Amino acid sequence: MTSLTITGTVQADRARPNTLTSGHRACRGCGEALAARWVVDAAWRAARGQLIAVTATGCLEVFSTPYPESAWRLPWLHSLFGNAPAVASGVAAALRALDRTDIRVLGQGGDGGTVDIGFGTLSGMFERNDDVLFVCYDNQAYMNTGVQRSGATPPGARTSTTPPPLGNRFGQGKDAPRIAVAHGIPYVATATVADPHDLERKVTRAMAVRGARYLHVLSPCPLGWGAEPADTIRLARLAVQTGLFPLYEAAHGEIVGSTPIRGEPAPVEAYLRPQQRFQHLFRPGAGSDTIRAIQAIADQNIRRYRLKEA
Amino acid sequence: MRNQLEGSRAIAETVARCRPQVVCAYPISPQTHIVEALAELVSTGELSGCEFVNVESEFAALSVAIGASATGARAYTATSSQGLLFMAEALYNAAGLGLPIVMTVANRAIGAPINIWNDHSDTMSQRDSGWVQLYAQDNQHAVDLHLLAFRLAEERSLPVMVCVDGFTLTHAVEPIDVPEPEVVDRYLPPLRPRQRLDPAEPLTIGALVGPEAFTEVRYLAHRAHQKALDRLPMLLDELAADLGRRCEAPISRYRVADAETVVVALGSVLGTIKDTVDGLRDDGLPVGALGLTMFRPFPGSAVRAALTNARRVVVLERAVAAGAGGIAAADLALATSGLPLHRYQAVAGLGGRPVTRDGLRQLLTAAHADRLDQLTFVDLKPEPLEVVG
Amino acid sequence: MYQVRIHGRGGQGVVTTAELLAMAAFADGRHAQAFPSFGAERTGAPVEAYCRIAAHPIRLREPVRNPDAVILQDAALRRHVNILAGLAPGGWLVINSVRCWDALGLSRYGERLCFDRTVIVPATDLAMQHIGRPLPGTALLGAFAGATGQISLEALITAIRRRFGPHLAEPNVAAARAAYQRVTEPAHA
Repeated sequence: MTSLTITGTVQADRARPNTLTSGHRACRGCGEALAARWVVDAAWRAARGQLIAVTATGCLEVFSTPYPESAWRLPWLHSLFGNAPAVASGVAAALRALDRTDIRVLGQGGDGGTVDIGFGTLSGMFERNDDVLFVCYDNQAYMNTGVQRSGATPPGARTSTTPPPLGNRFGQGKDAPRIAVAHGIPYVATATVADPHDLERKVTRAMAVRGARYLHVLSPCPLGWGAEPADTIRLARLAVQTGLFPLYEAAHGEIVGSTPIRGEPAPVEAYLRPQQRFQHLFRPGAGSDTIRAIQAIADQNIRRYRLKEA
Repeated sequence: MRNQLEGSRAIAETVARCRPQVVCAYPISPQTHIVEALAELVSTGELSGCEFVNVESEFAALSVAIGASATGARAYTATSSQGLLFMAEALYNAAGLGLPIVMTVANRAIGAPINIWNDHSDTMSQRDSGWVQLYAQDNQHAVDLHLLAFRLAEERSLPVMVCVDGFTLTHAVEPIDVPEPEVVDRYLPPLRPRQRLDPAEPLTIGALVGPEAFTEVRYLAHRAHQKALDRLPMLLDELAADLGRRCEAPISRYRVADAETVVVALGSVLGTIKDTVDGLRDDGLPVGALGLTMFRPFPGSAVRAALTNARRVVVLERAVAAGAGGIAAADLALATSGLPLHRYQAVAGLGGRPVTRDGLRQLLTAAHADRLDQLTFVDLKPEPLEVVG
Repeated sequence: MYQVRIHGRGGQGVVTTAELLAMAAFADGRHAQAFPSFGAERTGAPVEAYCRIAAHPIRLREPVRNPDAVILQDAALRRHVNILAGLAPGGWLVINSVRCWDALGLSRYGERLCFDRTVIVPATDLAMQHIGRPLPGTALLGAFAGATGQISLEALITAIRRRFGPHLAEPNVAAARAAYQRVTEPAHA
């Protein structure tokens, strides 16, 4: 992997491309809008502006392209909810046929479009090792349609289809980045909107590689999580600090590095408490077992990904 | 030059000469021989500059074609039956985006009950998807329609499906002329897409359109179909000049001019129908056959003009709209409204049931005497029905 | 119009036999149409394929119900399949077997089958001898050509050479020729 010296973020650069420019209709505090701009800007820079984006149906598509407006300053295609990875494969195939592999392809979708309805096409794109970077902006439910449960919704969380007192069931859900690693593709990484340096570095690394690549970005949703718009970054950071969202990178099926939690891991309560979607766990006598079970998930992540500093 | 070829092989060689740049394939009978032959032509280098993508589903096949077409590549795929239904969402999407994708559908029934044999249930179910639909009567027709399909698709920025009867045509070996590469190149210039994804000129394709403009978008799609129909005669004349033979479209007429009873049909059954018409003519019955090569856009004016002298019409379909009856029959009724016609609907050849001269002769004789039910299921066997009662 | 039905088992090259017959008729300057029975059968199951030959373009797409000739690639199939179904009066039967008329029990078909319109040819033996694989189709077509005259040997050879690569074509040509000679020059038998 090429080592890169990053002096400042792309976002800190006054000449940042603003591929997803201002004026779009995302909610205030939207983690996905932030993540998308950072990711696409970094990919755009890595590709020297030779970049095409394919986006699945979802919030990102809806808030960025209400006809006759578009917030995208790069060639951008939306086809369907469940086919963005395959459409991106098609773009990549066309670029090979047209001898324009200098142009790179970025696919993007929310967790619904990526880990649920688009998962078959994502897996197909992975196994063919098509030259696509696919990015999942994970806000852990179907936010565009009104906060319904997805395969990425965490256990215990309330959504409009997993109401309290139980919330989302334990023992369900999909760990998309690990499944991506299992495909043996050249590069897989996780990131959040809490650390633009880390996010941009991973995008840049991904863009330095050819073949199928996957980036899974935790992108808090103030509306769906029941959180303050000002807390988007803080919650993403706490997801990492508790161990609930491990940051790691993998190459060709092997985990090659993880980001240790700075200092002592935060208890999961610190992450759960500011979010309305977990409030039912804090009612008197209601959810202490559930909170303990969530803590166990965090502890397992800390062991599995070696997140404690030595 | 004519050669004795399998239909699928001839279609694949013709498609290859149309120089697709991206071909995506997912196997389903009876489409398989077409994509297998294309894979071979790509691997031997006979079809160069083409990416052959093996995908994980038909939904992905058409999605890959959508991405490729939007990037400015000539994109092709093929499917059948359940595969076409699995593509349904992407079919509407490709049409809505105005992408000039060409697809061969090797027509096959839809389950349940599962059935791999030929009828038109699959493509009829997608008649309103916004794709142009062309139905081949024989393999030469299928070959020529593929040239027309690419040209029409790219001129009008519309997706086109060429419907070829599964097994009956795809697996039949018969004399077929696959046009020489230079003939194809003359007829089909390199793709100049109306719009494409290009970093030099960034475009947003596939935006959200609300009530303020959606009707207009749909109206334009309808108009694009009408314009395709208007443009057709010129494209057919050019094709005839290049090929030295005429490709019959949007309709074909067989002994219709003085016919009192005309049977209307789509696809390969027209061959058997023409033989039957000849037999009945020998017996003095003034019958004729009208083929619908183009079903979408529906060539209403041409159909009406062809039927002005007829007294009765039998629309014979290889599909049925449960609870309603014929599918093409409804369009035909509208196109001929006001004409003094007795209209009959016949459902025949479902799930591979052979349509025979004997059965057709009975049907047409009864129709000619106006002794036919308004809707007839040809060759309906009583035994399986008794079980249900 | 001359119509042929070919019986055999999946994997035995039945579809190829029909295709070769059509190609040979085409090489003779006639029109031909070959098609399989479109089953979902697997290897070893009884399968059928058909061929029509005519002086004019063939439009008909119905199955062959009344063949003028039946080619039987596996003689054992006569016990499971009505091999003579619809055979036109005076129609030909070409059987792959090393056994004779009586041993095959063909008399039981009575008047439906003419002795002098039945050709028994050891096509599998000829295939093993010339091709080294039990694919009797080309030998049976050689016998069919010799017996019925519906296709010429030259046209059959042309078809075989067009259909197969050189390594496979020449052994098949040899098998076809040997069977043709057995029928046309009985002294060879």
